[in-house]
Amino acid sequence: MSLDKTSAQYWKANVRLILISLVIWALVSFGFGIVLRPLISGIEVGGADLGFWFAQQGSILVFLALIFFYAWRMNKLDREYGVDEV
Amino acid sequence: MDQFTLNLLFVGASFALYIGIAIWARAGSTADFYAAGRGVHPVTNGMATAADWMSAASFISMAGLIAFTGYDNSSFLMGWTGGYVLLALLLAPYLRKFGKFTVSEFIGDRFYSPTARLVAVICLLVASITYVIGQMQGVGIAFGRFLEIDAFWGLMIGACVVFAYAVFGGMKGVTYTQVAQYCVLILAYTIPAVFISLQLTGNPIPALGLFGDTSDGEPLLAKLDQIVTDLGFAEYTAAHGSTINMVLFTLSLMIGTAGLPHVIMRFFTVPRVSDARWSAGWTLVFIALLYLTAPAVGAMARLNISELMWPNGTDGAAVSVEQIESSPEYAWMATWEATGLLGWEDKNGDGMIQYYNDANAELQEKAEANGWQGNELTNFNQDILVLANPEIANLPGWVIGLVAAGGLAAALSTAAGLLLAISSAVSHDLLKGQLTPNMSERSELMAARVSMAAAIVVAVLLGLNPPGFAAQTVALAFGLAAASIFPALMMGIFSTRINNTGAVAGMLAGLTVTLLYIFLHKGWFFIPDTNIFTDADPLLGPVKSTSFGAIGAAVNFAVAFFVASITKETPQEIKDLVESVRVPRGAGAAVEGH
Repeated sequence: MSLDKTSAQYWKANVRLILISLVIWALVSFGFGIVLRPLISGIEVGGADLGFWFAQQGSILVFLALIFFYAWRMNKLDREYGVDEV
Repeated sequence: MDQFTLNLLFVGASFALYIGIAIWARAGSTADFYAAGRGVHPVTNGMATAADWMSAASFISMAGLIAFTGYDNSSFLMGWTGGYVLLALLLAPYLRKFGKFTVSEFIGDRFYSPTARLVAVICLLVASITYVIGQMQGVGIAFGRFLEIDAFWGLMIGACVVFAYAVFGGMKGVTYTQVAQYCVLILAYTIPAVFISLQLTGNPIPALGLFGDTSDGEPLLAKLDQIVTDLGFAEYTAAHGSTINMVLFTLSLMIGTAGLPHVIMRFFTVPRVSDARWSAGWTLVFIALLYLTAPAVGAMARLNISELMWPNGTDGAAVSVEQIESSPEYAWMATWEATGLLGWEDKNGDGMIQYYNDANAELQEKAEANGWQGNELTNFNQDILVLANPEIANLPGWVIGLVAAGGLAAALSTAAGLLLAISSAVSHDLLKGQLTPNMSERSELMAARVSMAAAIVVAVLLGLNPPGFAAQTVALAFGLAAASIFPALMMGIFSTRINNTGAVAGMLAGLTVTLLYIFLHKGWFFIPDTNIFTDADPLLGPVKSTSFGAIGAAVNFAVAFFVASITKETPQEIKDLVESVRVPRGAGAAVEGH
């Protein structure tokens, strides 16, 4: 199979979606959970700060949302570009 | 009924369940053995993968490491869940489309080189065996406790049970057994946590209780921070380690998760590419149930232990030896002392056990004034925390039995999954794929079982001198997987530029530097006192050996790109292969490797 126009576009759309998702992935864990924690330390969450919450729970919840969002979006994209499994 | 009989009953009943299921779904053909005939629903697959994934490290060890370190060990929580994002987005759907049984088959075909496949097998074996060492540690502790024997004999008995269990069936037997194991381990983890959360905060959901208030109206975490700093320990919620090391450690665990063969193998068993995407999500749902509870378990246990050792507050009198020996609230200390993993000593002979951080200079004055001569809770192996937790909180006997069964389920399911990955690497990739291609199905299955036995022996021998607590040993395995397997898979899918020599050079470079860095800090083959550096003062600035995987992965990528740029370009048919892997349409059932 050669790379025709639509499958090139399909791959480009997929890579763009991956990049956006990975930016969010990094922001909540490495960002809010670790590096940016001092910046948001003013926001209190039950005896600790927002960064602590992101490091221990928040990032996990965002990861979950990301995977389901990606699966839903990609399966839709598969159908739009006619590359889904029949 | 005494606790010992109760534990035996719970562990025995859960084992009977697993073995029953394994016999019912016994593997018939090699296809069944490796990939369960591809008829597994994403939710079922997610649950089985979660059981496979959550091992002794997650169940037994992780909350203990968080409890005694606090925020700094959040890396385990983010790292071991964040890897699923990478897996779902970057690997799982494409590997499912490729449609082979093993990770090394993909690497061998994509990089059109038997050498690449061989190197992938070696990387996989090194990472998996290190991982099994960590599991055996957990198995040893769990068996040691529930049989009330020394952890060494627990390890020996555990090794025999793991072996007997793993040779029973292949993936198919294992898939359905693991669904049962997931149910046992998640109940065993959450039920005591719910009890403890209710006791301390009145909130039945531990994850919410962690950020809730205690009965006296003070937030739980604030109270914990206060009590641990009073005893001279580091503040629970604050950051103490190096930020760079924490970022690298978290990243290593994430990349390693996505590079672990026994997890990736799971995504070959779903019917379609779209299911592979959903499956990763479902896996994380089931994992998150435990991972959202774990930080609560850690914090609440730390609070309970501190309060038990200082029943009259940190300014009052410490717990007396007499109380420890006679009061039922402290009965857990005697049972755990029998395993050799907990110990106390009345150093100053005042009849009380003072638990505090004697390395903290600020506490010296208070210690001298009160006549303390050092911390008297002399030994508290962090790996026992989760198993001891229901006893520490004085929960009913059946909860303790359930936790023993859950800990064993976690360790056994992962050990079985890993042994399956190891045996398929040896028999399918190494023997059938390279050395003796005309091997019959029968002798392939035989070779698979022999290699399982060999892997257990090696893991037990190396596990006698474990390089750290179970979760830390496992973290090393992740570093190795991160540095070797993940980059090769990712480049194989996302770049047509990387050729055979590039991939081989990359994997070898990543594995070698990481292994070297680990051995330099942990001793050659983990033999004590052969290390040159320590993790307290590592070779490269703040980078501990458990965090090096991310750097190893970067080395892998860099070497692969450099070597590929100066060697012959990827042939057209391989470029076509990569393009076909990128679209879901046309994914058939998996085919036998060659």
